[in-house]
Amino acid sequence: MKSVGTVKTEYFTFAQSPNELKLESGQSLGPITLAYETYGALNQEKSNAILVLHALSGDAHAAGFHEGAEDPGWWDDLIGPGKALDTLKYFVICPNIIGGCRGSTGPSSVNPKTGKPYGLSFPLITISDMVKAQKHLIDHLGIKKLLSVIGGSMGGMQALQWVASYPKHVQSAIPIATALKHSPQQIAFDEVGRQAVMADPAWNNGNYYDATKPERGLAVARMIGHITYMSDKSMEEKFSRKLKAKNFSFEFTTDFEVEGYLRYRGDNFVKRFDANSYLYITKAMDYFDLSADKLIPKERNSDLRFLVLAFKSDWLYPAYQSQEIARQLKVRGVDATYCEINSTYGHDAFLLEVEEETHLIKHFLDKTFRGYTIAR
Amino acid sequence: MDTKKIRLDYQVILNIIEPEKKVLDLGCGNGYLMFLLAQERNAKVQGIELDEKAIYRCVEKGLSVFHSDIDSGLSEYPDKSFDYVILNQSLQQVKKIEFVLREAMRVGKQVIVGFPNFANLKARWMLFFGGKAPISKSLPFRWYDSPNVRFLSINDFRNYCLQKGIRIIKNYNLGKKKPVKFWPNLLALNAIFVIENGGVKE
Repeated sequence: MKSVGTVKTEYFTFAQSPNELKLESGQSLGPITLAYETYGALNQEKSNAILVLHALSGDAHAAGFHEGAEDPGWWDDLIGPGKALDTLKYFVICPNIIGGCRGSTGPSSVNPKTGKPYGLSFPLITISDMVKAQKHLIDHLGIKKLLSVIGGSMGGMQALQWVASYPKHVQSAIPIATALKHSPQQIAFDEVGRQAVMADPAWNNGNYYDATKPERGLAVARMIGHITYMSDKSMEEKFSRKLKAKNFSFEFTTDFEVEGYLRYRGDNFVKRFDANSYLYITKAMDYFDLSADKLIPKERNSDLRFLVLAFKSDWLYPAYQSQEIARQLKVRGVDATYCEINSTYGHDAFLLEVEEETHLIKHFLDKTFRGYTIAR
Repeated sequence: MDTKKIRLDYQVILNIIEPEKKVLDLGCGNGYLMFLLAQERNAKVQGIELDEKAIYRCVEKGLSVFHSDIDSGLSEYPDKSFDYVILNQSLQQVKKIEFVLREAMRVGKQVIVGFPNFANLKARWMLFFGGKAPISKSLPFRWYDSPNVRFLSINDFRNYCLQKGIRIIKNYNLGKKKPVKFWPNLLALNAIFVIENGGVKE
């Protein structure tokens, strides 16, 4: 498959004083920088723009290669010429969320008022704040209506939030492996991750930017995360009980391959991710709640199209949560397709089940782009 | 489109449904009937289907479909939210018949039910003289690979409607290529009923 080639991250700064962004918490934030990448070209009518929204640890680099890099962006399998999000047809935009640490303003950014990193003085943000910031970027790019908003996991939450916040500015939405709200189990896993970070003495109430970083705590949080992203079956297939050496070491070292994998993932994560961002973002996910009538209010008629996808072995965002999204849309008479893709990969499936996702998304987008309206 | 080339049961259903109606197809398969209804009748259609691959075929046609079995019900749909609910060639695979039919009649003003006639002459012949479970054009499966869990005749369904206070609005009995006029319970391969809740018995 072809790639979009070499890409560069761009930056957009807004919400300068006194026009700071009003947050859901009542606090304000500004100035705000959003890191973003675009692939493909915006057509003359500006009707072919698709907004890709990333998950907890993602960033603006969704496709193609950065100069000199070996690995492509995180959703390169789905974005590119001829792929599900066909860059020959569509203009694809992927911004890094606010609160993140990959180029957009977050707790590790320097607060212009103090000249020091925000740390815990960074205001708590919500999914709707992330989307509000993204709306500024879309306005800046001159796009009135997005052809689609698409994302998996927390990216799916943002896609749903776009529908709730700016229904007139989206034509369709593709929420994947996501939920209208976190269940107590999902909140619990997030809280254990946060506690792991905060239990690391190096965390120091978020003040660690000129000292040792809370790497152990963040690595443990990431290890827990990775367990929840896989399934019992995918772990059995990947690791079984394979040992790293021939025999047990009879020491507390990494005997099993699964231990080595989790440590490797944890250690790699701390190199590119900020511990405070992890706290802020997981909290935003826990606060998210578009259940009841909040996705599409009762009085509103919606002509949006939805493609809701779930994966059979995903126990972190179980299929019933996606069914709930589709059900709420049906009650409102909204055109929605729901499909539960048979996969053993667990929650990670949204990054891995390329063929199935490609088939569904490609046709769905094509029909949406051509203004198909069979179900309405 | 040349409607002559379309499957006979689809032709009949196309003729039942007036233009611009809202239709729900339970067990919609690859979505061909929904596609026809949208094209030929400008119907607003959506479907429910259990098979994942069939859902892909529906999405290719630009149709909207919900991945689910029909036995789990239609609770998310308000009363009478469709002009027609279709259960074509899926009734014989339903486990909770009463529940599914009641739900279909709740969300739809009228329900179109199509099923293979188990009392068809060929089926009787195979059972009686062959001593084997019947295999025919409308019952193409062998006993061990059949998705069918219900084996009913046209008379069975009529009696059922009578017992349950279901009003039969129309009944079409189909042979291989054309409708069957005489002795349908013996000669018809498939039957299509249009029914609604008679409001007598629940």
